[in-house]
Amino acid sequence: MSASGPRLQPSLFELSKPGRHSDKVPHPPKDALDRLPPEHRRQQPPGLPEVNEPDAVRHYVNLSQLNHAVDTGFYPLGSCTMKWNPKVNEWAARLPGFAQLHPMAPDDVAQGTLQLLWELEQILIEVSGMRAVTLQPAAGAHGELTGILMIREYHRARGDTGRTDVLVPDSAHGTNPATATMAGLKTISIKAAADGGIDLDGFRAALGPQTAAVMITNPSTLGIFESRIGELLEAVHAVGALAYMDGANLNAILGRFKPGEAGFDVMHINTHKTFSTPHGGGGPGAGPVAVNEKLEAFLPAPRVIREPDGRFRLERVGERPTSIGRMRSFVGSTGVLVRAYAYLRTHGASGLAEITDDAVLAANYLKDRLADSGVFDIPFPGVCKHEFIASASSIKKQTGVRTLDIAKRLLDHGFHAPTVYFPLTVDEAMLIEPTETESIETLDAFADALIEIAREAHSDPETVKTAPHTAPVRRLDEAGAARNPNLRWRPAVGDWTPCPD
Amino acid sequence: MLDALGLESVDDLFADIPAPLRASPLRLDPPEPEQQLMARLSGLAARNRVELASFLGAGAYRHFSPPMVDQILLRGEWYTAYTPYQPEVSQGTLQSIYEYESLIAELVGMDVVSASHYDGAAATAEAALMTCRATGRGRVLVSRAVHPHYRAVLRTYVDGAGLDVDDIPLVADGAKAGTTDLEALERMLADDARPTAGVILAQPSFYGLLEPMAAAAQLAHAAGALFVAVVEPVSLAVLAPPGVYGADIAAGEGQALGIPPQYGGPYLGILACNDSLVRQLPGRLVGMTTDTDGKRAYVMTLQAREQHIRREKAASNICTNQTLLALAASVWLAALGPHGLHDVAALGAARATELEAALAEVGVARVHPGAYLNEFAVRVPNAGAVHRELLARGVLAGLVLGEAVPDEPSMADSLLVCATEITTSDEILLFSRELAGILATSPASGTLVGVPA
Repeated sequence: MSASGPRLQPSLFELSKPGRHSDKVPHPPKDALDRLPPEHRRQQPPGLPEVNEPDAVRHYVNLSQLNHAVDTGFYPLGSCTMKWNPKVNEWAARLPGFAQLHPMAPDDVAQGTLQLLWELEQILIEVSGMRAVTLQPAAGAHGELTGILMIREYHRARGDTGRTDVLVPDSAHGTNPATATMAGLKTISIKAAADGGIDLDGFRAALGPQTAAVMITNPSTLGIFESRIGELLEAVHAVGALAYMDGANLNAILGRFKPGEAGFDVMHINTHKTFSTPHGGGGPGAGPVAVNEKLEAFLPAPRVIREPDGRFRLERVGERPTSIGRMRSFVGSTGVLVRAYAYLRTHGASGLAEITDDAVLAANYLKDRLADSGVFDIPFPGVCKHEFIASASSIKKQTGVRTLDIAKRLLDHGFHAPTVYFPLTVDEAMLIEPTETESIETLDAFADALIEIAREAHSDPETVKTAPHTAPVRRLDEAGAARNPNLRWRPAVGDWTPCPD
Repeated sequence: MLDALGLESVDDLFADIPAPLRASPLRLDPPEPEQQLMARLSGLAARNRVELASFLGAGAYRHFSPPMVDQILLRGEWYTAYTPYQPEVSQGTLQSIYEYESLIAELVGMDVVSASHYDGAAATAEAALMTCRATGRGRVLVSRAVHPHYRAVLRTYVDGAGLDVDDIPLVADGAKAGTTDLEALERMLADDARPTAGVILAQPSFYGLLEPMAAAAQLAHAAGALFVAVVEPVSLAVLAPPGVYGADIAAGEGQALGIPPQYGGPYLGILACNDSLVRQLPGRLVGMTTDTDGKRAYVMTLQAREQHIRREKAASNICTNQTLLALAASVWLAALGPHGLHDVAALGAARATELEAALAEVGVARVHPGAYLNEFAVRVPNAGAVHRELLARGVLAGLVLGEAVPDEPSMADSLLVCATEITTSDEILLFSRELAGILATSPASGTLVGVPA
C-alpha cells in the first residue's frame, strides 16, 4: 500500500503493548478501593488494549479513511436522505452550555435548552400540521413504536379492546411490521396497486372493527406521492381506526403537504434525514413524533411545559396519568435536537419550501437522465418526489449483471451506491435519492457513471461482476461470516501489566 | 434543471398532490444567516447553568474526556457516513464497531455485544424482551433499585408486547437496607402459576449500593429464569463483571465512557449476552470475515434477526442505532487504556469517600449502611428546599429523591449524591460548608427561612 490513501488497519488489540499508555488522569490513592467488599471486586482486569495517544489517533484516523461519507462524496442512498450536514450544527451541539448540561438538572438550571426544545416542538407542529410533538424517541423506528403504542392506548382508553390489526403496504420499511409486533399487534400486508400506489380496494377489504391502525409512508418508498391518500384516510377513520404516517420521506413534502391537515393522526420525523443531523455511521438519529388532538393525552412523559410567566419546565413524575409512559431515559437525544433546531432556524419558512422543491427537482432530473439513456428500466416513469426507482431487470436478462454488481461498480467511480433490493416489490431495484444539496454537475457525473456501467455490462460484464476493484477491500464472504460468527477479538489472557507505581 | 425537464414551474412537480390536500403556508420565522444563528444559539446555551459544583449523577456521569476523543469524532468520514450497507467502502465504521463489541465484551466478561441501542433504558427493556423470547415465559421481575427511568421504559415496552412486569421490593432496614430483597425475590420466583422469564438488578443500584448479584443470579437460574445485570461500564474496571457472577445478559448506559451529558443524549445503550442467546439479541452485529482476496475484513452479520429481513418476525424494530457513540466510547477506552480506566473508577471512589466524610462532619449521614462505589444517598431534612438553596449558592447537590422516586417513601428527605474523578476537594468543601450553613439556620423538621418551597 502507498504512503497516502486508505490503509487497512490491524485491530486496536494488536497494537497493544504491555505498559504503553499516555497519562490522562491522576493516580488515585492506594487505599481508594479498600472499603469495597472483596466479593464485589474484579479479580481479572479487563483485557483492554494498551496504546499511547499517537498509536490510537493514527489507528482511528486511518480507519476513518476507509469510509465513504457525505463529506467525501455523493451518497444517493434512497430513503436515507443523505444531505449535507452543516458544520455550524456540530459547533452548536458542542457549546458547553448545551453539551455539559446534566439531564437531571433542575429546570431552573436548564432554561436555555428547555426553551430550545419547546421552540423546536412548535416548529415541528407547524411543519407537520399536527397538534403536539414529543421529542423523546431516539430514532425513526423508536418513533414508530411510540406512535403505535399511543394508538393502542387511544383505543384501550375508549374501551375499544378488539383492535388487533395494523395494515401495512408491502412496499413499507421493515420497521413498520416489526413495530406492530413490538406493540403486540398483528401485521396485515397489503399489496400495492399496479401503478405502485395504495390499492384502495385492498385496504377497504382488510379494514374493519379489528383494525387498530394503518401505517403509510407518503411519499411511498417508490418515491410516489400517494394521491389516493384522502380516500384511504376517510375509509380508515370510518371504521374507527387511526392513521400513522411514516415520515421517512418528509424531505419531499415540506411546505407542500402537512400530514396533520390531510387527516393523518400521528407521524414520526427523522431529524437525521430531513433536518440534516448527521447519520453517524448508523446513528444517532432522533425520531420526534407529532400527533393530533386524539392522541395528545397519550404522549410520552415528560413533556416540556411553558408556564404562563414564560418559564419552562418538565412534567413532574406522574403528572399526566394518561401518558403511555417513558420511551427512554431522560428527555431525549438533545444533542441531536440542537442540530435540528439550528437547521430549521437556518432555513425558516421559505428555506424549507425550497429544500423540498430542490430535492424533488434533483430527483426528477436524475430520473429523466437515466430514462433518456434507455439503458435502465424506470418502472414508474411519471413525476417522482425526492427519490425514484431504477431497475437493472433488463440488463440482468441481457448480460447477467445484477443490480448488486452495478452498485459495487459505482464504488469504483467514487460514488456510494443507491439503496438496492428495496423496496422488495420491485425486481432488481435501485432506490436513488440525490437530495437538494448536490450540484447539477454531481448529478450529471453520477448519471454518466451509471450509464457507463450499464454499457460496460454489455462490453465487459466480468469487470462489473467482480467490482469493486479500487475500494479498500473486494467483495466480502458474508455467508462465511454468518456461518462461523466471529463477533469479538479474544485478547490473550494475562498480558495486563500492573500499574508501574 | 427545469428547462431540462421541460417544465415552467417547480409547482408542476407537485401537481400529483390533490388540491384539497395541499398544505397551508408554513408560518415560521424567516431564514437566519449563520452569524445570527450562532448568536442566537450562544444566547440559549448561556441560559443554562453548567458552571455549578455538581454532585449529580443518577444515571448520567461527568468524566474527563481527553481532547483526542472529540477530535476523532469530528472527522466527517465518521459522522457523515451512514449504516455500512456497502461494506467495501465502510471498513472504518465496520472495524470500529467490531472493536467496540470486543472492548465492551472485555468489560462485561461476556461473549457477544450488540452494535448499540438507544440508551441504557431501551437496552434494559430489550434485554427483558429477550428473556421472554428465550424462555417462552411472559413475566419479568425488576428490582425497585433499578433506575426509575429504566423501570418506566421497561413497563412501556413490556406492556406493549403484552407481557407482565413486577417490582422486587427493597430490604427496609438493617445492614442490607436499600438493596434488593432476595427473600422476596425467592417468593416471587416460586409462583408457579406465573413463571418468570427474567430477573433484573442493577450494579451499582440506582441508590449507589452494591447489590448481591451472584445470589440473585443463582435464585433466577434455580427457577429457570434468566438473569439480567444493568451495569455502569466505568465501574466494571474495579467491580466484578456480569460474566463472573452468572448474568445471562448485561445491559447498561455507555454515556459514562466519555460521552458528554448533553441533557440526556445521544447516549449509548449497551447490550451483551452469552453465545447461547445470540439469536435472540436485537440490533446490528458486526463480524470478522475475509474478502475474495483473503484479506481480513468486517461485515454486518446474522442479519436474519433484523427487521429489514424478518419484518414482523424480527427480534426488534431497531434500525438506526448509536454507532457514533459506540465509536466515542471506543476511542475514550483506547485513550485511557486499562490503567487509566481503573484510575478513573478508583479516583471516583476516593472522591466519594472524601465527600461522605465531609458531609458526615456537618451532620449529614448516609441513608444506607451498605457498600457503595462512588454514589450514595444522604438524609437531609427538607431535602427539596435545601437543594434549591444550595443551587442559589452554586452547588448542584445531587438529586432530590423524594421528587424523582415519589413512590419510594423511604427515600423522602434524601439526596442522591455522586463524585467522579473530576470532583475537586474545593467543590466538596463548598458543598459541605454551604450545607452546614443552611442546616444551621433551620430546625431539622421545620421549613427553611427565606427559601420558597
